Amino acid sequence: MPRLPTDRLIRRNGAPSKAPLVVSGKSGNALHVHALEARAARLGLYKGQPLANARAMVQPLAIVPADEKADAALLEAIADWCDRFTPLVSLDAPDGLFLDITGAAHLFGGEAAMLAHVTGLIAKQGFAVRGAIAGTSLAAHALARFAPAIVPAGGEAAAIAPLPITALECDDKTLRALRHAGLKTVGMVAERLHSELSERLGKSFVTRLRVMLGAEEQPLTPRRALPDLMAERHFAEPVVTQDAIAAALLGLAQALSEILEREGRGARLLEAVFFRADGKVERIAIKTGEPLRDPKIIMRLLNQKLDALADPLDPGFGFDLVRLEALLAEETRPATISFDHDENARRQIGFLVDRLSVRFGYTRVQRFVPQDTHIPEAASAAVPAQDRDFGPETWTLKRCPDDPPRRPLRLLQKPENIEAGFPLAPDGPPKFFRWRQCQHDVARAEGPERVAMEWWRNPGLTRDYFRVETKAGQRFWIYRDGLHVQDQLAPRWYLQGVFA
Amino acid sequence: MNNMEKIQELRHFLARYDLPQDRPPLTLGHPQADAVLGGGLRPGVLHEVFAGNWSAGGFAVALAILAAGTKPLFWVRPDYEAMEYGAVSPNGLLELGGDPRRLIVVRTRNAADALSASADILGCPHAGAVLLEIGGMPKCLNLVAGRRLAFAANESGVTVVMLREGAQAEPSAALTRWQVSSAPSRADDDDWGNPVFDAALVRHRAGGLGHFLMQWNPEHAVFTTHPGAVVAAPAHRPAYPQERRAV
Repeated sequence: MPRLPTDRLIRRNGAPSKAPLVVSGKSGNALHVHALEARAARLGLYKGQPLANARAMVQPLAIVPADEKADAALLEAIADWCDRFTPLVSLDAPDGLFLDITGAAHLFGGEAAMLAHVTGLIAKQGFAVRGAIAGTSLAAHALARFAPAIVPAGGEAAAIAPLPITALECDDKTLRALRHAGLKTVGMVAERLHSELSERLGKSFVTRLRVMLGAEEQPLTPRRALPDLMAERHFAEPVVTQDAIAAALLGLAQALSEILEREGRGARLLEAVFFRADGKVERIAIKTGEPLRDPKIIMRLLNQKLDALADPLDPGFGFDLVRLEALLAEETRPATISFDHDENARRQIGFLVDRLSVRFGYTRVQRFVPQDTHIPEAASAAVPAQDRDFGPETWTLKRCPDDPPRRPLRLLQKPENIEAGFPLAPDGPPKFFRWRQCQHDVARAEGPERVAMEWWRNPGLTRDYFRVETKAGQRFWIYRDGLHVQDQLAPRWYLQGVFA
Repeated sequence: MNNMEKIQELRHFLARYDLPQDRPPLTLGHPQADAVLGGGLRPGVLHEVFAGNWSAGGFAVALAILAAGTKPLFWVRPDYEAMEYGAVSPNGLLELGGDPRRLIVVRTRNAADALSASADILGCPHAGAVLLEIGGMPKCLNLVAGRRLAFAANESGVTVVMLREGAQAEPSAALTRWQVSSAPSRADDDDWGNPVFDAALVRHRAGGLGHFLMQWNPEHAVFTTHPGAVVAAPAHRPAYPQERRAV
C-alpha cells in the first residue's frame, strides 16, 4: 500500500479540494516528502524529495506532518482484517503486509483470483494497493513494489532479474558501490560470484539476495501465535442476531471437536474470532484446566465468557466470518467413562474451576502451595487453580496435638503498626495496645516466637511474635520489630494476623 | 375448586417448597446446640453468621470445615474483604483443623460477582461447602439473592455459610442465623486454651433459638461445651428480641 499515510488522511477527512496532499517527514533537520497522493505524483513529485523542492514545483500544496503511530495502527487493523484470508499474516512495516497463502489459494479459486479478490477488497476501502505472489516474502515484497506479478514457484530469479538495484533496498553505501561496479539490475548483481559479493558487501547482503531470488527460504514471523487447529465459517450474508451467532458457534464447536477427536487431542486454549463486515475483529479467548473437546462444554464456557464481557460483543453490521481456534491443543488420554466416584468428582470440580476462571479471571480462582520458609507472610503461595490439581503437597502443622492454633486464620495484607503500652516484663508482650481506633487489653499471651528474617532475601529486623488474647477473648498475632535491647526505649509493635 | 381452596393449596405448596430437603444433620458436638438444631448443622442450606467481632470468622470457618468434610471448600470473597479483613491464610486454616489442599479461594471484584460465583459453585454437588464472605450491606444482597443461594444449595446439597461483617441483620432466606463474637478462653488462670465463641442462634426457621458458649477443637474438628461465665439463655426465649421482626 504505497500511499498508506495519504490514503488514511483522505479516508478520514475527504480529499482536499484543489491542493494535492503531501505528508511530510523529517530526516535530520530537513523536511522531505514522506508520502504523497496520486495527483501529487502525476505532477512530478516523488517520495523522499526535499519538501522545499516540492513546494517550489507545485503551488498550492496541502502538507500534513507524518503520524507514524496512526499509520502503524492502521496497518495493524488491516492485518487483523486480513486474518480472514489466512491465519498467517505478518507485517511488512511501514506500508506492506505478507500473507502466507500456502494451501489457502484454492479456496478463493486460485492464486490470481485470490490476489484480485484481496486487492480488490482493500482498494474498495480507499487504499492504493499493489500485490504480488511469489515463493519467498522478499521476492513478493520487491515485485509488489516494482512489477506486480504472480510468479510460479521457481520463477523468482527470472522475474526479479530485470528489476533495478533499488529493489534490493540496501543502504546508500552499498547502492553506490553497486553502481560504481556498473551493476544496474538485480539480475546483473545475481550473476556475480556470491563469494565476491559477500567479500565486498557483507554476508547479510548475499543472504538477502538469495532469499529474494527464491534460492533460500526465510520464514515469516506471524503476528499472532498460529492455532494448532481451527474451524471457521463464512457467511454470504453477515449474521447479526444472537441466535444466529450462537448457532454458528455451536456448529464450529462441533466441527472443531471432530478434528480434535480425530487427532486424539483436546484444547487447552481456545479463541473465538469474530470478523465484522466493516473490518473490525473481536477475539475472545478461554483457557481450560484440562484438554477439552466436548462441544457442549466449549459452548458453555464461550457463552459464559460472552456474558461476562464488559462491553458486549457488538455485531455492528454483522459478522461475515466466525472462526474457532484451538491455540493450544494437547494429547488427551482416551476418554474412558470412569465408574470411580472420586475420579468423576475430581473432573467435575475441574470443570467448575474452569467455569469460574473463565467468568471471573484466571488468577482469581486460587489454590495454595506451601513454601519452604518460616517468614509468616511467605509461608504459602497462591497459584491459579487451573494450573494445579489437588496436590499431594504436605502442609506442616505448627501447633502440638490438642493445642490451639499457632498461626492466624487471616493475615493482614501488611502488618499494621499498633500503639503498644508498656510491657510487664521488659521483653514481654504489651499490657494493652491500640489498633484501628480500638483499645485492646491483653488478658493472656504466649510467646515470644522468634522469627529471624532471611537476610539473603529480604533484610529486616528479627521479630518476636506473641499470640495475645484480649479481655474480650479475641486473639491477635502481634510482634515486636527487632530484639529487645536496653537502650531501645520505644520498640515498634505490629499486628499481623487474627486468629479465630 | 374455589379461590380459597386454591390459595390454601398454594400456601401448602409454598411451605413445602421453601423448606429444605431432609438431609441427615452434621453433629456439631455441642449437646445443647445440637438439640436446638435438631441433631446438628443442616447440610444443603444457607447459614448466616453475623460478626460481633473478629472471632466470628473462625466460627464461620469451623462451620464450613464441618460442612465440607472431605470435599473441597470454596471460600468466596470480594477483593475489598482482603483489604479490610486480611488475606486467607492456608496455614491458619490447617491450624484450625481444615485441609489447605482442598481449599479454593475465589476472589471477585464485587459482592454481586461473589454471589453469582457462589451460586455457580452451589450448582456442583461435588463441592463440599461454600464460605461466602460479604462485608457491609451491599445492595445486591437482597432477599432474592439469598433465596437463590438457598435454592441452589437445596438442589445440590452443598452447604453455604455466609459470613457477614459490619452488617445489620435483615430479612433473608437463611435457615439459621448466628450472632457470634469471642469469649475469653479461661476466666481464671493464664493457661491458653482452644478458641471459644459466644454464639447466639438468633434465628432458626425450623426450631428453637439459643445462646451458647462453644469451644472449637481443631484436633477433632468438633465443638465442645465450655464452662464459661455466660449462662446459656433458655431456648424458648429469644436472645435478641429485635430479631422477632425478621421474616
